[in-house]
Amino acid sequence: MNKIIYMDNAATTATRPEVTDVMLPYFTEQFGNPSSIHKVGRDARRAVENARRQVAAAIGAEAREIYFTAGGSESDNWAIRCAAMANVKKGKHIITSSIEHHAVLHTCEYMEKLGWCVTYLPVDEYGILSPADVKNAICDDTVLITIMAANNEIGTLEPIREIGMIAKEAGILFHTDAVQAVGAIPVDVNDWNVDMLSLSGHKFHGPKGIGALYIRKGVKIENLILGGAQERGLRGGTENLPAIVGLGKAIELAVSELPQYTEKMEHLRDRLIDGILSQIPQVRLNGHQTKRLPGNVNVAVRYIEGEALLMRLDLLGIEGSSGSACTSGSLDPSHVLLAIGLPHEIAHGSLRLSLSMENTEAEVDTVIRELKGVVEGLRAMSPLAMNA
Amino acid sequence: MYSEKVMEHFENPRNVGELADASGTGTVGNAKCGDIMKMDIQVEDDVITDVKFKTFGCCAAIATSSMATEMVKGKTVKEALELTNTAVAEALDGLPPVKMHCSLLAEQAIHAAVEDYQKKHQ
Repeated sequence: MNKIIYMDNAATTATRPEVTDVMLPYFTEQFGNPSSIHKVGRDARRAVENARRQVAAAIGAEAREIYFTAGGSESDNWAIRCAAMANVKKGKHIITSSIEHHAVLHTCEYMEKLGWCVTYLPVDEYGILSPADVKNAICDDTVLITIMAANNEIGTLEPIREIGMIAKEAGILFHTDAVQAVGAIPVDVNDWNVDMLSLSGHKFHGPKGIGALYIRKGVKIENLILGGAQERGLRGGTENLPAIVGLGKAIELAVSELPQYTEKMEHLRDRLIDGILSQIPQVRLNGHQTKRLPGNVNVAVRYIEGEALLMRLDLLGIEGSSGSACTSGSLDPSHVLLAIGLPHEIAHGSLRLSLSMENTEAEVDTVIRELKGVVEGLRAMSPLAMNA
Repeated sequence: MYSEKVMEHFENPRNVGELADASGTGTVGNAKCGDIMKMDIQVEDDVITDVKFKTFGCCAAIATSSMATEMVKGKTVKEALELTNTAVAEALDGLPPVKMHCSLLAEQAIHAAVEDYQKKHQ
């Protein structure tokens, strides 16, 4: 097989060597439990608190507002479930969107089972939520608004700042799932007026299994894990020391390199989009042309199915992902693609290519060329393409 | 998740295409679900002498279409009607459980083509 061209960075990224370098000592010689009071423990504590400062600085927060978790899904679960429960006296209504990650959607569905009312706001054809819709959905008993900063499939950037203003004026807690946004676009919790924010290390070249929840000071939230004083008593359990150190380093690197990242990603992204749309007929871009993550490309390829497309690309050493039902393990294609109004048969043929700094122009050009061939091959086999 | 045989048929599917004067044609599935299979058969003296398929679907849908065409080529019409989805799946060294419906579509497509032939030639 040729050298692998990895364009599935929205799924996960490679951990950077600079990150693994700082992590390694914390498995061996600096293995201490941050809760121990001896020197080995104190050294570990120092490393955890240093990482907390690194994460806080990256999103404009204070260190004591950062709580380490096992990743984005845990942060989303915690923010929604535990902030809602802690504020149940105010009411039982949550506002979210129809294109959230399942960590948010399934938690909201769970809250419905507990007797909560959830409003799932629609999005437009680009996946953009209207702040006016958020405002109109607010009732007296609304406790929480949870809207993602950037969509994981189609890369759409949501008007978080505007929604944050609305939430602040109405005095309603506002959580954002910023798992795809952190490390990809500027994030500032005060500029955005968010009360809680989820992030995940492995989306920006940090290790897997580590993330954080930003909780603005003063926000009432229930404990996630009982049984320890860790994370200000809200999430018990010995800290994942090496991963926390890695998360701190990765987020610091990502944010310091954001200008170069943005420039390179937007260039490669637009080259890939233009190449695909100009060279392959009957393909449409999913999501917005400019209001999208710098490294996200998502296209719908008519008359072919996404899993077959992915596997043919995989045979050529090109790694992407799809919103087809076959790759989701369900009968329906991606809820995001359906929410932007794609018919089922077109949603089945979606392809997401998500870039990183490792990708090159030459790789982009190879992908365009190989994709063209794969699409032609599969269309020659498709009974739907006869009249194309 | 897929057997080597599934991948081999997916990579090099047999009998792709259409027959200009097919004795029978069967189309099953629908685009909404992400799977459509169309089978054309050529029948001479009750024997399937040629078969071609076109499929819109995942790896498993393409591989099962390809395998099913190989399994019925040279067989009598009666034998083709006895083709089962489990036989197709077994011939591919198995399919992941969530993909078994693909083999069912392949069985149904072959049966539909044979029934179309029978209807025309009764």
